[in-house]
Amino acid sequence: MTQEQAQILRPETLIEEFKKNGVTHIITIPDSETNYLYELMVNEPSLDIIPVSREGESMSTALGLNIAGKVPVCLIQNTGMLESGDSIRGMALNAGFPLVMVVGYRGWTRHGVTPDTAATYTEPFLHAFGINYYLVEQDEDGDRISAAFAEARETRRPVVVLVGDEYHGFNR
Amino acid sequence: MIEAVDVFNAFQDHRGDAIVTTTGRAGRHWKNISTNPNRDVALGGAMGHTASATFGLAVGLPDEKVVLFDAEGSLLMNLGVLATISGKKPKNFYHILLDNESYATTGGQPVPNAEEINYAGMAREAGYASTHEFDDLEDFVTNIGSILDETGPVFVSVKIFAEVENAPIALRVREPGRSRDETVRDLRSELGISE
Repeated sequence: MTQEQAQILRPETLIEEFKKNGVTHIITIPDSETNYLYELMVNEPSLDIIPVSREGESMSTALGLNIAGKVPVCLIQNTGMLESGDSIRGMALNAGFPLVMVVGYRGWTRHGVTPDTAATYTEPFLHAFGINYYLVEQDEDGDRISAAFAEARETRRPVVVLVGDEYHGFNR
Repeated sequence: MIEAVDVFNAFQDHRGDAIVTTTGRAGRHWKNISTNPNRDVALGGAMGHTASATFGLAVGLPDEKVVLFDAEGSLLMNLGVLATISGKKPKNFYHILLDNESYATTGGQPVPNAEEINYAGMAREAGYASTHEFDDLEDFVTNIGSILDETGPVFVSVKIFAEVENAPIALRVREPGRSRDETVRDLRSELGISE
């Protein structure tokens, strides 16, 4: 891997972390930033992709899959997470099962200025719900994804992986 | 219009080993009728999301028949699930909508466009493998057995009488029953699924 590649988060890194942690299903609404990841997931035989119509569906669908003994992940954008409050409350937190939610951190920058309110409210939202999160920006951060899975299994709670720079390096 | 309890009694005759979930006010009848409670699972907990959770269960258990008794107020809060289910095409999923045209739990206020909306039509155009509509008990009793032999996802819309409850929530008498966690534990035990 070149130094340049290491400084961005490659979609392959997420796939590797999903496989390492036994993920069976990805419940997702694709967005423009994650299209390459989506293509990789579709072609990964160990993953079953479930496209949903609204992000709130992803947590409840994950609950059903968990009951069936599967290991689902929700892959959504922060705007959709904000819309999903009641589902996160009732179908994830109250249900008490391990759930990793990979959330695209739209609007996040490293510069201390976040004009996009999607980013402004992301971390306060997670604090309000008492949900722990890990920020992932580049390949070197990949082990934080496994840390999130480990925490979710141990605590039987949702844990969020915030993807701070979605594969392109634009946020630097 | 049909009494909800009659719908459940007719379904019970053809249930077999199906896993059953319910939501909405009418769904409360099921626990008094079911003869296989270990395969009844409570998946409520967020507005409109029992359908999504039941869909997830069906996808995760492709060899089990999974039946959801939904309510129209609940479906309206999560209408996109019709497209989600149609897109994934779970062959083992049976979506029975009990439509009382109202929010019976909150005093009987009508749902939007209560008398004109066509839920089976929406499911059909979303892409369900087959859809059916009933407002007559005899018709439902005659057909429910063969409908449950169809390949899913199947959508069945049934017009039922509203059983309105209007007391403040704090004053309502809670009927004893298993919690969501208890039903999940019992279902997993029944199916041999470890956590």
